[in-house]
Amino acid sequence: MLRFAVRRLLLLVPILVGLSILVFLFVRALPGGPETALLGENATPQRTAQVREAYGLDRPLPEQYLRYVGQAVQLDFGTSTRYRTPVVDEIQRRFPATIELGVSAMAFAVGVGVPLGFVAARRRGTWIDNLSTAGSLLGIAIPVFVLGFLLKAVFAVELGWLPVAGRQDQQQFFGADHPTGFFVLDGLLTGDLPAAWDAAKHLVLPAIALGTIPLAFITRITRAAVLEVVEADFVRTAEAKGMTRRVVTRRHVLRNAMLPVITIIGLQTGLLLSGAILTENVFAIQGMGQLMAGAIADRDYAVLQGGILFLAVVFVLVNLLVDLSYGLFDPRVRESG
Amino acid sequence: MSLSQVEAADTALEHPEEASAGLTRDAFRRLRRNPLAIVGASLITVFVLVALFAPLLAPYDPVASDLTDIRPGQFPGPSREHLLGLDEQGRDELSRLIYGARYSLLIGVVSTAMGATVGLLLGLLAGAFGGWVDSLVMRAMDVMLAVPGLLLAIGVAALLGRSITSIMIAVAVVNVPVFARLLRSSMLVQGRSDYVLSTRSLGVKRRKIVLGHVLPNSLAPVIVQATLVLATAIVEAAGLAYLGLGSEDPRIPEWGRMLAVTNAYLSSEPLLALWPGLAIVLSVLGFYLLGEALREALDPKLRR
Repeated sequence: MLRFAVRRLLLLVPILVGLSILVFLFVRALPGGPETALLGENATPQRTAQVREAYGLDRPLPEQYLRYVGQAVQLDFGTSTRYRTPVVDEIQRRFPATIELGVSAMAFAVGVGVPLGFVAARRRGTWIDNLSTAGSLLGIAIPVFVLGFLLKAVFAVELGWLPVAGRQDQQQFFGADHPTGFFVLDGLLTGDLPAAWDAAKHLVLPAIALGTIPLAFITRITRAAVLEVVEADFVRTAEAKGMTRRVVTRRHVLRNAMLPVITIIGLQTGLLLSGAILTENVFAIQGMGQLMAGAIADRDYAVLQGGILFLAVVFVLVNLLVDLSYGLFDPRVRESG
Repeated sequence: MSLSQVEAADTALEHPEEASAGLTRDAFRRLRRNPLAIVGASLITVFVLVALFAPLLAPYDPVASDLTDIRPGQFPGPSREHLLGLDEQGRDELSRLIYGARYSLLIGVVSTAMGATVGLLLGLLAGAFGGWVDSLVMRAMDVMLAVPGLLLAIGVAALLGRSITSIMIAVAVVNVPVFARLLRSSMLVQGRSDYVLSTRSLGVKRRKIVLGHVLPNSLAPVIVQATLVLATAIVEAAGLAYLGLGSEDPRIPEWGRMLAVTNAYLSSEPLLALWPGLAIVLSVLGFYLLGEALREALDPKLRR
């Protein structure tokens, strides 16, 4: 198990080296540099030179790259040309918003999808099964931003049940304490329950918008996995031994059916990052997606270089965690290590 | 070589094609019986027909704007002249939706074709040569897959500047590793199969085995994937346009951008957000349903 984890982490090294070169070249290939974004098209050559020097952009490319890598391994990604703050601070400020969104979307998807898929399989052919199958086919086909937009139009703008945008009511909770950056958690930690409730309400529509595609996949896979497992010999044996249906379900059916479901959860978690960029845009959530989209528009080299690398590491680590979690459900994986 | 050996070689060479022709016919029969395939194919047919005959179907010019009836934040809704009402520039919404099908279809098909071509070439290189070529290509694909797809697409689109072409390329780039990996793994499976072993033992040249047997037999999953990628390509292209990375010409009726524009009028004209959203969902659903049905039809394991 440990050897497997270490090997997977080592595989990350060549990917990161390749990615760092790619990202480095990419940001420099973008038309118009940060000096144009900062100073506008009509900047004097002197000012332009000053800015380029201040951010080290006047140095030869290999030197710039080596310095970037040297600093990156110390978690120093330089200074954002747009916000004039260290990139690490900016990531630290934005990343919790994206995590909060992703986790609540996944919680929605798993919390609804697994029971729904299970019930659909157990009541195969009934209206519940047909409805969930049709719903999951439709759910996969609805793009995140279309669903988010329609949810916003109906539940926030038309009905006014839920907030339209942002993470928290800025007027009511201005200057609220944020020790962790996760707004719901912060409200609970500081004992400010109205703030936590408000933050949670802001998450509902974005989480549904982002979580619907994973929900559809998880429902389908759970249904298929349960259908396959209930026909397995060991389930018949367990039932023949006189085990109650509940014990058989919990110990044999669910546990074995969870393996493909975890695979799908892992695959979907990776895709969540893409969806989060759009969801954050629809609901004006200041997370990583908005940061990166803004950085491309503003030619914010440092934020792009640091952010893409950071997201790639997160992405690979999530996939690693998913692979490791197989061991929790499957002793065969645990023992083969 | 004795006569019997030649005969054996002939059968071995003929066998895979014969089997695959039978499989194709089988798959097609299964496909026609699947109601989801029928729904998907119908949606695609409507979508393609609308795109092809847009000039005949659209009641108005999609870019002609008439501001006489437009008040800030309030536009005439559905009427007999304008079935879906007017947009913020006083343009006929229905006509814009109809012309929008052209852009969606064009971007979807071209970007899928580009992504598939490059991806398949890379996958073929990796699968056919193996060794360090394989390692090099696949590590490069790993690097691409380590970046969230949309972020990669946004980056490429930003690099190329705002245009329809750059959206096509951006979407294509994201799909390159998908096709490369798929073809490679499919070829690896085929390469280990018995018929390849027997063909090789008969002394057939490697190149002939790869191009004549392994490649054609590895294509079924690729066709399925291409149909599904068409669906995601339409979504990704609409997403990029939604984020403002599409064409710089604001008159172009592109569904993703039409949706984004309505954000400002959401409280007064929510229906204007519904139409482009619906158009995107239905076109995506068509390709998705057909892709899933194809997958079921071609995968013998799912036969039940």
